[in-house]
Amino acid sequence: MRRYLQVVGAILWKDLRIELRTKDAFTSMAVFAVLALLIMNFAFELRVPEKSMVVPGVLWVAVAFAGVLGLGRAFVHEKDKGSLSGLMLAPVDRSAIYFGKMLANLIFILVVEVFILPLIVLFFNVPLISAPLLLILLLGTIGLAAVGTVFSALTVNTRAREVLLPVLLFPILLPVLVAGIRSTIGLLEGESLADLSNWLRLLVFFDVLFIVVAYLTFEYVVEE
Amino acid sequence: MNPSRRTVNVLNVVSLVAMMVAIYMATIQAPSATNIDESIRPAQRIIYFHVPSAWISMLAFFVTFVASVIYLRSKHVKWDILALCSAEIGILFTIAATASGSIWGKPAWNTWWTWDPRLTTYTIVLLLYIAYFMLRGAIEEPERRARFAAVYGIFAFLSVPLTFMSIRWWNTIHPVILDPNKGFGLGPGMASAFMIGILAFTILYVTLLANRLRVEWMVERVAALRERLLSA
Repeated sequence: MRRYLQVVGAILWKDLRIELRTKDAFTSMAVFAVLALLIMNFAFELRVPEKSMVVPGVLWVAVAFAGVLGLGRAFVHEKDKGSLSGLMLAPVDRSAIYFGKMLANLIFILVVEVFILPLIVLFFNVPLISAPLLLILLLGTIGLAAVGTVFSALTVNTRAREVLLPVLLFPILLPVLVAGIRSTIGLLEGESLADLSNWLRLLVFFDVLFIVVAYLTFEYVVEE
Repeated sequence: MNPSRRTVNVLNVVSLVAMMVAIYMATIQAPSATNIDESIRPAQRIIYFHVPSAWISMLAFFVTFVASVIYLRSKHVKWDILALCSAEIGILFTIAATASGSIWGKPAWNTWWTWDPRLTTYTIVLLLYIAYFMLRGAIEEPERRARFAAVYGIFAFLSVPLTFMSIRWWNTIHPVILDPNKGFGLGPGMASAFMIGILAFTILYVTLLANRLRVEWMVERVAALRERLLSA
């Protein structure tokens, strides 16, 4: 078990170090998320009585789109530089590679969220940030990273990789987006976490289910 | 897993008869519903095709799911062929269920489209399995295509109940036919037409699947023969 965690940690640390040196994923995701906020501001400005009404949707759409952009990159350099074959040759459990990559993706998306949350408060003038919201965002992002990491490894081996990832990912991710948007609306309308327990349970269930499925299927995705 | 010509022919005839009976039961034999407004009573008969279509699409995707799991375990190509053929039929019946739901929606709810949980879930399901075929189409190598499609087939099927629950909690106006608290929402004459509809559609599914499997095995055989011819 300890050795397993060391492998996960090594892969996570490798990805974080690459990111700290290149800042590739963060730059593209953060810029993209800000662009999404600006576009949605214009999309809703004239037609909605209060901007606060669209903020939950704006937040989750920005997170989902920026997330899929970052996830699409997760295996591209592994594949193109051949380092994926290197990882496969290492005498470690394939699922440890999954958890390492998944945690790295999770951290990248969380960092982007931390970056755009204050911007949403600023642009849309809504007091959005609260501890319950951060919990819901965390649960939703775990689901996004759990499924997205597997699909990123799938699509990197296909023609039309960038196009295929969102098409595969979004229909499966729908419960996460519905639960996330709905509980964000609830929080803005003054509901407590206890009122939203159904949605929280749905998010937790989604996360656990798909982490287990990913754990069981990942080796079939990367085997050559 | 490769049905003979004889089996397929027998199934074709059985299905034809079963569907004729189901159409007769649904349009002539079954009594009109008395608990709804008179103007929508004829439209209510769409239930005898709508619910079986919805049932078959879920059955078909369940077969794809099971075949995908077994494929990953056994790596035998027959399970991939079964998953592929069943998913195609599933898409067909998903479209049938969505379209017939929409046709019912117009007289009953005065709109072709509502964001009702089941209607919306079926649309998502349609997108899921269109994505399944896009994934298959984007991979050249057969073994990898089968493996990746199987992984996606497992993820896709497991997400459906969660999608349904999430949209249901959002809002609902769909009539609940099988409500465990209220019993069966259909009268006696209607229930028999309903069950015969389900049975006939299930036979139709098996028939379509047998035909489709046979075609797919022929495709495999042609590919193998061409290989042999070119290498000779």
